[in-house]
Amino acid sequence: MKGRIHSIETFGAVDGPGIRTVFFMQGCPARCLYCHNPDSWDINRGEDIEIDEIVHWAVRGMPYYGSKGGVTFSGGEPLMQGEFLVEAMKALHETGINCAIDTSGTYLDCHSEEAIANCDLVLLDIKHPDPERFKIITAREQDTLFEIIDLINGYDKHVWIRNVVVPDINDTEADIEALNAFIRRIKHVDKVELLGYHTMAVDKYGKLGITYRLKGVPPMGGEKLNKLRELVCLPADAVSQVTIDKK
Amino acid sequence: MRKEWEGFVPGSWTEQIDVEEFIRLNYHPYDGDDSFLAGATERTKECYQRVQELLVAERKAGGTLKVDASRIMRINAFEPGYIVPGKDIIVGLQTDEPLKRGICPFGGIKMVREEVAEYGEKLPEEIDRMFDYVTTHNDGVFKAYSKEMKQVRHLGFITGLPDAYGRGRIIGDYRRAALYGIDHLIAEKEKDHEMIASRHVMNEENIRTAEEVTNEIIALKEIKKMAASYGYDISGPAKDVKEAIQWTYFAYLAGIKEENGAAMSIGRTSTFIDIYAERDLANGVYTEEQIQEFVDDYILKLRVARHLRTNEYNELFGGDPMWITEGIGGVGMDGRHKVTKNSYRVLQTLYNLGPAPEPNLTVLWSEKLPEPFKKFCAQVSIDTDSIQYENDDKMRPTYGEDYSIACCVSAIQMGQQMQFFGARCNLAKILLLGLNGGIDERTGEHVGPQMESVGDGPIDYEDAWNRFNIYLEWLCELYVNIMNIIHFMHDKYDFERSQMAFLNSEVKRLMAFGVAGFSVAADSLSAIKYAKVYPIRDENGVIVDFRTEGEFPKYGNDDDRVDEIAVRISERTIEELRKHPTYRNAVHTLSVLTITSNVMYGKKTGNTPDGRRAGTPFAPGANPMHERDSHGAVASLNSVSKIDWDTCQDGVSNTFSITPEALGKDRESRKETLVGLLTGYFNRGAHHLNVNVLNRSLLEDAYENPEKYPNLTVRVSGYAVRFNALSKNHQKEVIARTFHQGV
Repeated sequence: MKGRIHSIETFGAVDGPGIRTVFFMQGCPARCLYCHNPDSWDINRGEDIEIDEIVHWAVRGMPYYGSKGGVTFSGGEPLMQGEFLVEAMKALHETGINCAIDTSGTYLDCHSEEAIANCDLVLLDIKHPDPERFKIITAREQDTLFEIIDLINGYDKHVWIRNVVVPDINDTEADIEALNAFIRRIKHVDKVELLGYHTMAVDKYGKLGITYRLKGVPPMGGEKLNKLRELVCLPADAVSQVTIDKK
Repeated sequence: MRKEWEGFVPGSWTEQIDVEEFIRLNYHPYDGDDSFLAGATERTKECYQRVQELLVAERKAGGTLKVDASRIMRINAFEPGYIVPGKDIIVGLQTDEPLKRGICPFGGIKMVREEVAEYGEKLPEEIDRMFDYVTTHNDGVFKAYSKEMKQVRHLGFITGLPDAYGRGRIIGDYRRAALYGIDHLIAEKEKDHEMIASRHVMNEENIRTAEEVTNEIIALKEIKKMAASYGYDISGPAKDVKEAIQWTYFAYLAGIKEENGAAMSIGRTSTFIDIYAERDLANGVYTEEQIQEFVDDYILKLRVARHLRTNEYNELFGGDPMWITEGIGGVGMDGRHKVTKNSYRVLQTLYNLGPAPEPNLTVLWSEKLPEPFKKFCAQVSIDTDSIQYENDDKMRPTYGEDYSIACCVSAIQMGQQMQFFGARCNLAKILLLGLNGGIDERTGEHVGPQMESVGDGPIDYEDAWNRFNIYLEWLCELYVNIMNIIHFMHDKYDFERSQMAFLNSEVKRLMAFGVAGFSVAADSLSAIKYAKVYPIRDENGVIVDFRTEGEFPKYGNDDDRVDEIAVRISERTIEELRKHPTYRNAVHTLSVLTITSNVMYGKKTGNTPDGRRAGTPFAPGANPMHERDSHGAVASLNSVSKIDWDTCQDGVSNTFSITPEALGKDRESRKETLVGLLTGYFNRGAHHLNVNVLNRSLLEDAYENPEKYPNLTVRVSGYAVRFNALSKNHQKEVIARTFHQGV
């Protein structure tokens, strides 16, 4: 069985626990304002990849994984290739490699449930708790996010929440409080990562001939982001050994 | 037992010289963390401040503060010198002032004349005239070289040979001075001499060795005198930790006073010194703070050591390195790790005295090192970019538990082995020469076996590979013979008596060959094999460029198709070298290490089939070519890890730059990630990793605004430099390297 892939990063230390091989899957239904991989949107781009190749690359990383690391399927939106993901994860599990799915919550089909059921961790990007803002950021409805959360809860999957903080879009204390409230609906949140918006992808848009809609918005970082990080609270039943990422 | 040894577990080391056994019986592995460490004392800060001022002055003076050409550097050539008179607690400088450089003419008077002229000094007439009658190592070598040897040297097929200056790479077991005292060492050498000189057959080897041992005895007596000038009697063993450091340092100092070898490591002293520290702590002789202060002052002394070099030399080995390499950690043959509190103290100097390139602190990595120590090392790398890692699990089975690192990556058994240093040959040029059938691509000179040039293409891989092998075979024979001449002459005219005095009288020898242009050769052969490569000729029919059609796998992406070519190149090289006998029956070894000569080698090499342009620097050591490793850090490390250390026992160097952000989002996770990377890489059997954790933009800023970064230290190729001490060309090359940015 073949999948479509954007790229492979053999050393990922910021996409899930430990050192991970990250497969950036091709194709995404969302059009997030700040997306840093716009070249991963179109499912017809990218290259074919076989399950064997996924396993080959992942196995090469095994000496580095230690007890925590493994494979992360990111994107693009990996759930767009749910059937491939399921087969890939089954093959990886046979070699003892754990798998995380890094999803935007903007896509769902008949393979999504099995994909969620088979993964070991979900990295869930909460674009915005508010349905209107969600739509502004992603150009998608929020419904799929709730359905994915139901699946995650139904299979008792552990989750790392991620949220890109963009100036003037979601960088107020109220935004973080809303996020805190929102994630209470997820049963097992191990970690919440606030990621600062950056402008490193601007050039890619130029090359692809796509208009960059956040032109002039400054990168997010420093003190302000650290302050917002202080405000994040994990839901009460979060596992105790995991701490909030406060940099 | 001697009273200085009270409290030590006795063994055969009390009867015969055996530092290794002394350590094994007496050291205490430390499993704890860094919380016991002491900061810098006021005195340390004052001396450090003085050194900082001197370093600024040295930089302002163009890299060399002071030259004293009035006398030849010998153990007792200069009066005692101090960093801050009255404040030094570990004493001894090469000359009578810190950072002042003297002349060592026995390696080659020609180079000394150049050095002196470059710094506007004058050689005293009696010294100048003396060399009308005295033969130097350099003179001897050139009297013996054939025309062809000189030709491959000037065309750049073999570069950086130690034929005009001190060869270095010898590590005396300076700890012997502390454990036994000089008188005992003299007595042992006298016994050795009598034994050797009384042999039934006085052949060349025995005559030479007998003379050498006598010279070593003379040096030992001189070292005692030198110590006495600083107020110390080192005829007997050291009685406490301060003396153990001082005696060891005196022994090392003698070597760097009279020899300017390219790389002069200190060895493996920290765990040895810890034995004394533990005894003094237990007996209440010294406190932790005092011991740290001794270590800080010891390291500060090593930081102000200097050799006088020419501009030409600096172009080859940039950044004014001394390679005072100290091996830290490792594991014993009994399975206990050798991390002690003093392993931490030595690393702590990078906080107490700030980041610095020297001494070249080298962590001998093993999966058995205690976790807190691994994390501390990772932290030190992230904070200072000043340390490197080498795989003890790989080296220990061959070199035992008490080896140390000469220069950057070359293991040597302490006390029992020495190395004949041999620079490196240029693999990329050998390939080009093969394709041209014996015509140098840059000059059109005919060199080596002559044959038809390769056809108009696409070049057939088998043909290219055969040609590469024909010329490799030719050059390796020449290379071994050149090395034999160099080391014959060095032993004859510039014998390192003060270093050899701390080795066994009859040492085992390693002859260390090297290669440069490793990744360029591998990628070029890959291009020929997997893409279509057409030669482009000049008006004389010499191939000066290539047209390459299609994609080809590049070394550094964990792609076996090209990585296997790289592996095969390393195997073929050592196979060819081993065919030729060596001077003094030295064992052939091979390194994939360039120091910073990758820039110079690149300069001397034309366009290559991988698309590299003429004159462009090679990647350093066994590194993938700049920015060609595009699948991330793990794929890059995996490619390098395939180069088997058993083939390249003189070391496989990899210099690795990664941004802090790629390692993780916070300090703790960055440390963990770095430990994970090192663990994975070394568990795959890789040999060496230089680690830089920084952003390219920082280096670019330092390139433009050097004054903002007086202490910025970066690992370049088996050693570290102050970034400012590199030439602009070397700086550019370091900036052009791959920086793994993660995702």
